[in-house]
Amino acid sequence: MRTLPVLTRLAWRYLWRNHRRTMIMVSAIAVGVWAMIFMTAMSRGMVDQVIEDGVSALPGHVQVHNPQFLDDPSVANRIQISDAELSRTFGAMDFKAWASRVRVPAVIASEYESRGVTLLGIDPVAERAFGYLDYDDVEGRFLEGVDDDGIVIGRKLADKLETRVGKRVVLMSQDPDNEIADRGFRVVGLFEAEVPAFEEGNVFVGKTVAQKMLRIGDTTTEIVFLGDSYRDVEPIYDKVVSGVDGSLEVSRWSEIATYLGSMLSVMDGFVMIWMIVIFLALSFGLVNTLVMAVFERVREIGLMLALGMKPANILGQIIIESMLLLAVGLVIGDVLAWATIQPLRGGIDISIVAEGMEMMGAASVLYPRLYLGDMVLANVIVLSLGFLASLSPAWRASRYEPVEAITKVG
Amino acid sequence: MNIILRLAWRNLWRHQRRTWLTIGAMVFSNTLLVFMISMQFGMYDLMIDNTLKVFTGHLQIQAPGYKDQQKMRQTVPDIVPLADRLRVEFPDEDIAARGWAFALASSEERSYGVGIFGVEPGFEAQVSSIPGLIEEGRYLSESGAAEIVIGAVLARNLRVEPGDELTLLGSGLDGSFAAAVVPIVGIFDSGVPDVDRNIAEMQLAAFQDIFFMEGAGHQVVISAPTLDAAEAVTPEIAAALPPDADLVVHDWDALQPGLKQAIKADMSSAFFMYGVLVILVAFSVLNTQLMSVLERTHEFGIVMSLGLKPGQLGRLVMLETALLGLIGLVLGAICGAIVTAYFSVNGLSIPGMEEMAANFNLPPRVYFEPTPLTMAIGPFVVFLFTLLAAIYPALRLYKLHPVQAMRAN
Repeated sequence: MRTLPVLTRLAWRYLWRNHRRTMIMVSAIAVGVWAMIFMTAMSRGMVDQVIEDGVSALPGHVQVHNPQFLDDPSVANRIQISDAELSRTFGAMDFKAWASRVRVPAVIASEYESRGVTLLGIDPVAERAFGYLDYDDVEGRFLEGVDDDGIVIGRKLADKLETRVGKRVVLMSQDPDNEIADRGFRVVGLFEAEVPAFEEGNVFVGKTVAQKMLRIGDTTTEIVFLGDSYRDVEPIYDKVVSGVDGSLEVSRWSEIATYLGSMLSVMDGFVMIWMIVIFLALSFGLVNTLVMAVFERVREIGLMLALGMKPANILGQIIIESMLLLAVGLVIGDVLAWATIQPLRGGIDISIVAEGMEMMGAASVLYPRLYLGDMVLANVIVLSLGFLASLSPAWRASRYEPVEAITKVG
Repeated sequence: MNIILRLAWRNLWRHQRRTWLTIGAMVFSNTLLVFMISMQFGMYDLMIDNTLKVFTGHLQIQAPGYKDQQKMRQTVPDIVPLADRLRVEFPDEDIAARGWAFALASSEERSYGVGIFGVEPGFEAQVSSIPGLIEEGRYLSESGAAEIVIGAVLARNLRVEPGDELTLLGSGLDGSFAAAVVPIVGIFDSGVPDVDRNIAEMQLAAFQDIFFMEGAGHQVVISAPTLDAAEAVTPEIAAALPPDADLVVHDWDALQPGLKQAIKADMSSAFFMYGVLVILVAFSVLNTQLMSVLERTHEFGIVMSLGLKPGQLGRLVMLETALLGLIGLVLGAICGAIVTAYFSVNGLSIPGMEEMAANFNLPPRVYFEPTPLTMAIGPFVVFLFTLLAAIYPALRLYKLHPVQAMRAN
């Protein structure tokens, strides 16, 4: 091990003997690493946003339903446990936020037009923490309590219905016996949402009012729970499972919005493939540089061997040289990536392709997300694959026959 | 063979390993580029085709504003005579008239809001794939009877099957109360959940009766043989509209604005990736050629003192690079073509991507048709950047002094 500092010093000096070649290779590595991290941060930003918007439009990280409800979303498949009892169970369990709500398909009609929507009967106080709507940003006002008899709808929906704050609309749905359940509401607020489909498809009324309209007493159709992050829902999932009996189905958000769930795993795979492809494109240049570096000093290597340096040390020295080269490139690439992503953190306006992004479920401003994990992954991939790639040239260098090497005409 | 060419060729093979490694970088990038670009554009065509084929068609004639607001009273008056006349004037295009209304559909057990389309059963199959996707029962007959077909998801939610009756509640064109009881004759399954949940179709005449449409409808759908043909025929159709009627023709991009933009968004990230690959290859070439110039300093000094001009040497270096690039281009294009051909015949399916694909109306296994352009563009750009990368090493030759150069090494 005493030889390590010497070898490192040798390798470092060899590296700068041909500084042009080294600089070109360092630039290539830096560009490659920058591209790995930059592209990953962009894609992460987009996917995160799609998922966050999607999850916040559900909304709730863990949800409890009657097992039939997700396939057949009717009040007939509601949760047959009274709200009062739910409060006793979950109120005592210390969740970050939870709420029970009535969520059923309905038809909303103004005097001119009618549209299909999802009716959400909510407790505005309990749902505030879910953050899918900024209550203060609503034109007019948001619901004030479970027995608020107004309705809050999206601005886009209001345009289509030709209605506005203060006008009346009629909601129609069905009660548990499939009798038409309808009720008139005064529009008290108009909300705007990042994702247009959410703005057009959801209307909010007070929970008690909805229960009365649908004639379902003190029951609801879903219970929702909020965790700290959508990436880590297992703790609250387990906690919720422990609080309900087998008659109810507990689902994670990724099971309800399977599209979003699969997007997350596809994204992880894509990041890995992208980084490896970039490394492979780099690896040809890396091996080439090492082959040249060895070729130039065949005689020196022969001399060192003749003077008694062990082949293992030659091998080590070439590998150290390669690692140093990669490390310099990595440092520059990392700094470059950080320096280019940092100023973009406030968001990149991509509204020219907004409707395309909407097709994927994203909003029109892209916020790049630089994760430490991705950065570490890029560096680890480059160093470990770089190590493997430099084995062959290094091995060949250490196998030279001293006499042949020294006498070789360079 | 020209002496310079021979010289260049031989110089190339002085360092076999280095040359092959540089070519390897090119072949790797070219193979990827050929395959990925072909796949990408093949996917776009499929996305556009599949999305438009389901229901939208290439062009639609509508009342102004209907596209964004879909209001009942934004109608195309006397829609059937208009469609009939257009069919005579444009025999190459497939044309069908539709009306649309929103209604609450109730079965015995369930009620859901749904969009009801009135269609011409005889022509609808030419502009939409839905009539061909009937899974149970049959499609609408041309008899004019009041009957309805609905999507599979809606049928499941309503708990109905062909033979059951559906009660429709909505409002008519004049705002009056519209209601009807219609038998379900068929159920279609397009595989696109949004379509299968939100669309029901009935005969246009029956639809006009129920919703008091007085001969009006909301859209005339036009499908041309190809996308390009659709673009070409748009102004002619606009000119053929009755001059006194307030109507507009929308092309597919206006009808499905998300589609082109999704493609654009995807393209920009794809081109970033391709750009990085090409630049990395260029670095590789730059490195190789700079080395090959530097190590020949002594030799170049001698030939210059013998009277060769730097420009001639520069051309030699560029020629070497061009040969190098050409080998990379040919081998890369061949490898890329093999990979692309394999997947275009056997189809490409990425595990875990099925749901994302469905979101863009793509089948789980994608077959695509590579075109010469998508196959050639990648390798040619790489070749171009290869030449660009050799400019710096070639320019260095002008700084060479014969005497100093001969003293090198």
